[in-house]
Amino acid sequence: MAALTQAAVGAEAPVSRPRRRGGLVPLVLLAPALLWLVVFFVVPTISLASQSLQTGDIDNGFTLTWNFAVYAEAMARYWPQFLRSMVYAASATLGTLVLGYPLAWFIAHRSGRWKNVLLVLVVAPFFTNFLIRTLAWQIILTDNGPVTGFFRATGLTAVLQAMGLTDNDSLLGSQFAVICGLVYNFLPFMVLPLYTILERLDVRLLDAAGDLYANGWQTFWRVIWPLSLPGVVSGTLLTFIPAAGDYINSRLLGNTQTVMIGQVIDAQFLRVLDYPIAAALSFILMAAIIVLVAGYVRAAGTEELV
Amino acid sequence: MATTRATPGDLKLVQLTRNFEDFVAVAGIDLVVPGGSFFALLGPSGCGKTTTLRMVAGLEEPTSGQILLGADDITGTRAYQRKVNTVFQSYALFPHLSVLDNVGFGLRQRKMGDWRRRAMEALELVKLADRAKQRPRQLSGGMQQRVALARAIVNEPDVLLLDEPLGALDLKLRREMQIELKRIQQEVGITFIHVTHDQEEAMTMADTVAVMRAGRLEQVGAPADLYDHPATTFVANFLGQSNLLPLEGFSDPGGEFVTAHAHGIGLVVERAQLPAGMVVTTQVAAVDSAVHLGIRPEKLRILGPNDPPSANRLGGLVTDASFNGVATTYLVSMPWGQELTVTRPNDGSPRAHRGDEVTLGWDPNQAFVLAEAD
Amino acid sequence: MAWLRRNLVVIVGLLVMAYILMPNLVVTMFSFNKPNGRYNYEWTQFSLDAWLNPCASAGLCESLGLSLWVAVVAALVSTVMGTMAAFALGRYRFRGRAATNLLVFFPMATPEVVMGSSLLTLFIAMGIPSGQVTILIAHILFTVSFVVTTVKARVASLDPALEQAAADLYATPSQAFWKVTFPLVAPGIAAGALLAFALSFDDYIVTNFNAGATTVTFPMFVWGAAQRGTPVQINVVGTVMFFGALAIVGFGQLIGARLRIGSRRKEAL
Repeated sequence: MAALTQAAVGAEAPVSRPRRRGGLVPLVLLAPALLWLVVFFVVPTISLASQSLQTGDIDNGFTLTWNFAVYAEAMARYWPQFLRSMVYAASATLGTLVLGYPLAWFIAHRSGRWKNVLLVLVVAPFFTNFLIRTLAWQIILTDNGPVTGFFRATGLTAVLQAMGLTDNDSLLGSQFAVICGLVYNFLPFMVLPLYTILERLDVRLLDAAGDLYANGWQTFWRVIWPLSLPGVVSGTLLTFIPAAGDYINSRLLGNTQTVMIGQVIDAQFLRVLDYPIAAALSFILMAAIIVLVAGYVRAAGTEELV
Repeated sequence: MATTRATPGDLKLVQLTRNFEDFVAVAGIDLVVPGGSFFALLGPSGCGKTTTLRMVAGLEEPTSGQILLGADDITGTRAYQRKVNTVFQSYALFPHLSVLDNVGFGLRQRKMGDWRRRAMEALELVKLADRAKQRPRQLSGGMQQRVALARAIVNEPDVLLLDEPLGALDLKLRREMQIELKRIQQEVGITFIHVTHDQEEAMTMADTVAVMRAGRLEQVGAPADLYDHPATTFVANFLGQSNLLPLEGFSDPGGEFVTAHAHGIGLVVERAQLPAGMVVTTQVAAVDSAVHLGIRPEKLRILGPNDPPSANRLGGLVTDASFNGVATTYLVSMPWGQELTVTRPNDGSPRAHRGDEVTLGWDPNQAFVLAEAD
Repeated sequence: MAWLRRNLVVIVGLLVMAYILMPNLVVTMFSFNKPNGRYNYEWTQFSLDAWLNPCASAGLCESLGLSLWVAVVAALVSTVMGTMAAFALGRYRFRGRAATNLLVFFPMATPEVVMGSSLLTLFIAMGIPSGQVTILIAHILFTVSFVVTTVKARVASLDPALEQAAADLYATPSQAFWKVTFPLVAPGIAAGALLAFALSFDDYIVTNFNAGATTVTFPMFVWGAAQRGTPVQINVVGTVMFFGALAIVGFGQLIGARLRIGSRRKEAL
């Protein structure tokens, strides 16, 4: 059926995308990248799965014993960090969406020159190493700094404390600081896809909605938001996936109560040297993300991400 | 520029066929395009006209059949080996090259030393010499169209293919370009094959029009021939409007005229208007219900009391009258329910109005007979 | 109040811009600081020391050099491989095309910590010692997918009629590719290469898993420094990178504007 439609279209309008059969040409072109991805991505993933099912220790070596119990053990020991990672990543994604949407709209509706300047300003910080920028947040949120002073004076610190986002009246070393850092770090990944969609949005649609008795809020919910969904979906994925595995922000801006799963994996692999547990945790994280993303993409009804 | 060259050879298509999986886009057409002529391939979208054009260009491989240019069989050659050039529907101007480099592209491919001079000449022909240094996107749609034309013509191909080249232009510009294209074709003497779905455009520009439908040739001929003597109901309806009266039979009194019977009324038709080979008996003979008498709307007259008597008369009621300045178009309802369309020029004669009872008349040599099981 | 409502988007937009730019302002400001002690957290006094002696912090310039070298090589290799793959995926249909697209997509959807750790298990299992080679392998792996995606978008947006027009104008398939297709896809390839360079230069997590004990890239140097005290020179590097990026982009736009104005002037003449 699809072939038929394509043939029918191809018969008259010049085909919009040439899908030619090239014999060996595409295989030759693909070979290097494909080889690289198979050897250094697929094989390691299998190697990771295998590592997780081995027993032994670093001095005497590991042997594959199909020890599935390691997964139960890993979850029993580290489920709080695991859950925390998911919650932080979800909060950060929501945060980037709430902050990124107005910014993307704001940029998309400037005139040509300003649009470019603003886009450059959104992207340029990311040419500065992200560790340096995260360290800058330590300075910004420091105890006797103006930001902390402002939060204390306006009672925002008390609100954050009541919500359990800070333990005391400092901002640094709290859940608040970690989420703030995550939002900051991944904001451009939300803003750019949203901008691309919103910039293409036909402004006459807004007039049409107004003409059909929609007020500003209704216009947003019933016209702009549904049309921008593809941007929202790719933005949230680009934010959530790396945020869930990140541990730089929780290490530099959090405390011992904000440890994320990436930190655990890092420590188990590189310091504790308990490879099976570390591999099992990695595997669980990847599986959880694939399941969440697949479910989310299906729910959002856009499959054109690949 | 190409005034001294010999007239190019004829383009012949022999049983040319193209299938896309199980869809037949072009179903074995035979066609001769005389060298130096302006030829139009006309048809609705999906009829296979663009596929035919692309096969001639070498951009699409025929499933079977042959393409001959003059004495050469070019069926198996690639696009870049054919002395055939195309003006693409979307123009396909190279956005990274200047107008001059676009026009000079083909010449440089063929290592013409004086490509710059020739390209400038071609740009002068399309009146764009002053834009040579610009990029295509800095030009308007009409200018881009002319660059595309210059880029193809400068190569002095044997055949120039135009794939709906005026489709993206507005009406006024399209009219100008139609005249311009015809002027250029006469100047350079190259065979032009023009693919279009616009019947007016095809008739205005081409010496010969081929009407295509569902992968087959429906009828080939000069524009006036096709219009006045369509061979099929499809052609009758696709080229302008037609009023088609289903016929019950004929009677033949002998001589110059025969009588066709529709809804019990005898209508006089000149024998020359009958399709070739149609045999009419002397008695009233029942015919297949797919035989129609066709009359163009502008050939119907509204008979006034002082008009000379007409051989054919049909009475009816005016149900709609719309005036567009040049003419008035009426819908006239017949006693059997059919509505006939009548177009009368704005020549000062009295106009009819909605609700008027009128009598329509036409000359026996102004109607055509279609005998076709549709 | 009505004014506030009308300009709400502008106000929020500007506040978010400030949020995005604040850390860079702090980095710049503190590059002129002269801290008491090892940590550069509190403003004490203006100084040009760090700017005048950028390599004074032991190991910083070496790590910077290594990062630049790794980023250039990784970007080069992944751009070549990725561009080839993008053409295959963007222009041909073949069996396994959908699966290949998925395989390209997966590395981008894998958290860095998972990718880094799985590569480490492979290197351990194969007995490959960590070092520059393993860093390069890892960096090419996580940048190649981004190159493929960037270039593929450009290839897919190319009007197929352009290549047909070239063929129509006597260009053989390879001439059509080099004279028409390649110049038109080039901006996409450049964007992919730049992205690959930036991703490689900035990476800490994957690198940390595969660098071994003695190979130190610039992000690893910063991380290590953050544990022991932060040299002001780090801020100098950060400031140079930020304003360097601004300057490059600004310069590019200026040239673009020049060209546009130039051609408009010619049009007027």
